[in-house]
Amino acid sequence: MKFLDEYRDPEIARRIFGEIAKVTTRDWVIMEICGGQTHSIVRNGIDQLLPDKIELVHGPGCPVCVTPLEMIEKSIALARREEVILTSFGDMLRVPGKHHDLLSVKSEGGDVRMVYSPLEALDLARKNPAKRVVFFAVGFETTTPHTAMAVWQAHREGLGNFHLLVSHVLVPPAIESLVSSPHNRVNGYLLAGHVCAVTGWRQYEPICERHNLPMAVTGFEPVDLLDGILSVVRQLESGKATVDNCYPRIVTRDGNPAAQRLVDKIYGVCDRKWRGIGNIPSSGLILRDEFKQFDAECIFDLAGTEVDEPPECISGLVLQGLKKPFECPEFGRKCTPATPLGATMVSSEGACAAYYAYHRFSNQLPTSSATEDKQ
Amino acid sequence: MKPDMSPEDFSNCPRPKADYDRILLSHGSGGKLTHDLIERLFVAIFDNPMLDKQDDQAIVEVPKGRLSFTTDSYVVDPIFFPGGDIGALAVNGTVNDICMCGARPLFLSAGFIIEEGLLFEDLRKIVESMKAAADMAGVAIVTGDTKVVNKGKGDKVFINTSGIGVIEHEFDISAANVQPGDKIIISGGIAEHGVAILSKREGIAFETDTKSDCAALNGLVESILKIGGAAVHTMRDPTRGGVAATLNEFAGTSKVGIRIQESSIPVAASVVGACEMLGLDPLYVANEGKLVAAIAPERAEAVLAAMRKHPLGTEAVIIGDVVAEQSGMVSLQTRLGAWRVVDMPVAEQLPRIC
Repeated sequence: MKFLDEYRDPEIARRIFGEIAKVTTRDWVIMEICGGQTHSIVRNGIDQLLPDKIELVHGPGCPVCVTPLEMIEKSIALARREEVILTSFGDMLRVPGKHHDLLSVKSEGGDVRMVYSPLEALDLARKNPAKRVVFFAVGFETTTPHTAMAVWQAHREGLGNFHLLVSHVLVPPAIESLVSSPHNRVNGYLLAGHVCAVTGWRQYEPICERHNLPMAVTGFEPVDLLDGILSVVRQLESGKATVDNCYPRIVTRDGNPAAQRLVDKIYGVCDRKWRGIGNIPSSGLILRDEFKQFDAECIFDLAGTEVDEPPECISGLVLQGLKKPFECPEFGRKCTPATPLGATMVSSEGACAAYYAYHRFSNQLPTSSATEDKQ
Repeated sequence: MKPDMSPEDFSNCPRPKADYDRILLSHGSGGKLTHDLIERLFVAIFDNPMLDKQDDQAIVEVPKGRLSFTTDSYVVDPIFFPGGDIGALAVNGTVNDICMCGARPLFLSAGFIIEEGLLFEDLRKIVESMKAAADMAGVAIVTGDTKVVNKGKGDKVFINTSGIGVIEHEFDISAANVQPGDKIIISGGIAEHGVAILSKREGIAFETDTKSDCAALNGLVESILKIGGAAVHTMRDPTRGGVAATLNEFAGTSKVGIRIQESSIPVAASVVGACEMLGLDPLYVANEGKLVAAIAPERAEAVLAAMRKHPLGTEAVIIGDVVAEQSGMVSLQTRLGAWRVVDMPVAEQLPRIC
């Protein structure tokens, strides 16, 4: 399949693995920002095939994982209301709140529906004028244009029964926060290709300059990821730092200006709490005053939904690249995909879920080798 | 009423309506409408001497041998999908469950739970499709039941089929009989049924060429057994949970390790595309016309060749082998050469956000 097969080609991948091994002389820690990239790395076994000197750590770019527990509780409180149809992307439905997840609220009779796009939620609002349709708007810059468009459409149609529960977050402030942390051990970043397709990479240039931090705009297929890793390693080895676009078939420096204008029209920037990490200044989006009637938190009384994270879950440290899932004493014991303690074990893009699914028994598996002959 | 009126005098009175475009509660009440439905639809279409008698039970002649007996309920939504419908699925699914132990399927029962308001024409299409699937598989639908539930208490139609088949061999074909050294064979491209269903589901609908692989596999099983004999250690149709769940069941039940090669797993390009878009792993997506078999190594190539000669096995391929180590575990070598675990699915795969 065009645009897929050539980026999964084992021969090309082997060549880049060889090149990475050739240029690597020192120990480097590289973080992939996006959970989709984490999943692809672990699923394809890229982490196992890199030189030992290169350590990949997994970033906070999993929207399900960083949505704070209290927002999950708010979504559950909304789903329990008689007049509400609560709509959400699929992977939010199994994220545990304090006692329940949205799927169990559904089994108790709550009207919870999985949608693929906020525009479908908007359509539900049109078709159910007697109900209030709430869309649980989580996600990074990739999903914000969609929810912004839904609000804009609702505004133009004067649709009074469509609302968002907004928990959108932004990547650059998160990187800034990680880099500025005294615990930081990351030397270079793989930027999320699809986020940059919307935003471009202009806004990463100041971070790159300020911290002399190598970055590569990176896609999701094995060859894309290896291209990004090679770029960051080359930069690190040469002591130079730039934002290198390794995903040019999708991303331009300025991104998608129409999408950016729309997001800016609907949303303003706010401080936001990240699950397991805490408050990050200017890292979230909030509906602007003129669109407040679409904000579920303004329309419904959601007081009393504040909750604490389970103390034993170390997902915050995992999301900051400070711990690997294996290092959690509850990993695979109390915390499994069937009984997740934290969201990193729920979402298919969560680092803990990826390790559980693919690496759990890695000490018992045959030795991996990029040059091994296959059947 | 005048005492001298005769029946002819009532001939102009409005009679109860007998033909409806939709199923009513009365179609399940046991009265005339039920009788008509059974007579004109089920008996007329399924058409076999055992059903024609319309007794409370079917009396069947069974050849000598052990029996294979199974039941399954079908609640697929939508009821019509590319490559099949709930009726064909209800016949093929149960036929496949009967024959995976090497049995020859003979008779099915069919129980219908119909939601009030189902279009009569849709029910007719489903029943005709069941008949066509039964004929294709060489089985007869010999007994059945119909219930109608209030609107909103069901979802158009649910079908339960049970079936029996006769085992005319002495081999031990079971998930507990997978042995180190066995080759794992799959009969063709995976994940087609699941993708076809998702492509038509409300709220997700997308354009795809993918059709459900819904088919009866008893013919293919027969060709495998003929060539493989005692070398056929197990067979299973990887439905819900996909190939990943089936292989994990083999590994867990037989206490062996299974190693497969990612590059050898057949997946059609359109299925790859749809799974990429939805964020699904084809290994976990349902099939309805494929089988996975563990065959002793000395007969594996011969069985593979026989499968490829059958219309439902032209793309059959060996995807891996069975080892004594890593008991209970399925591992996969990626295209890049790394090894990873293929775990048992926890729950239905949830489409991802981005």
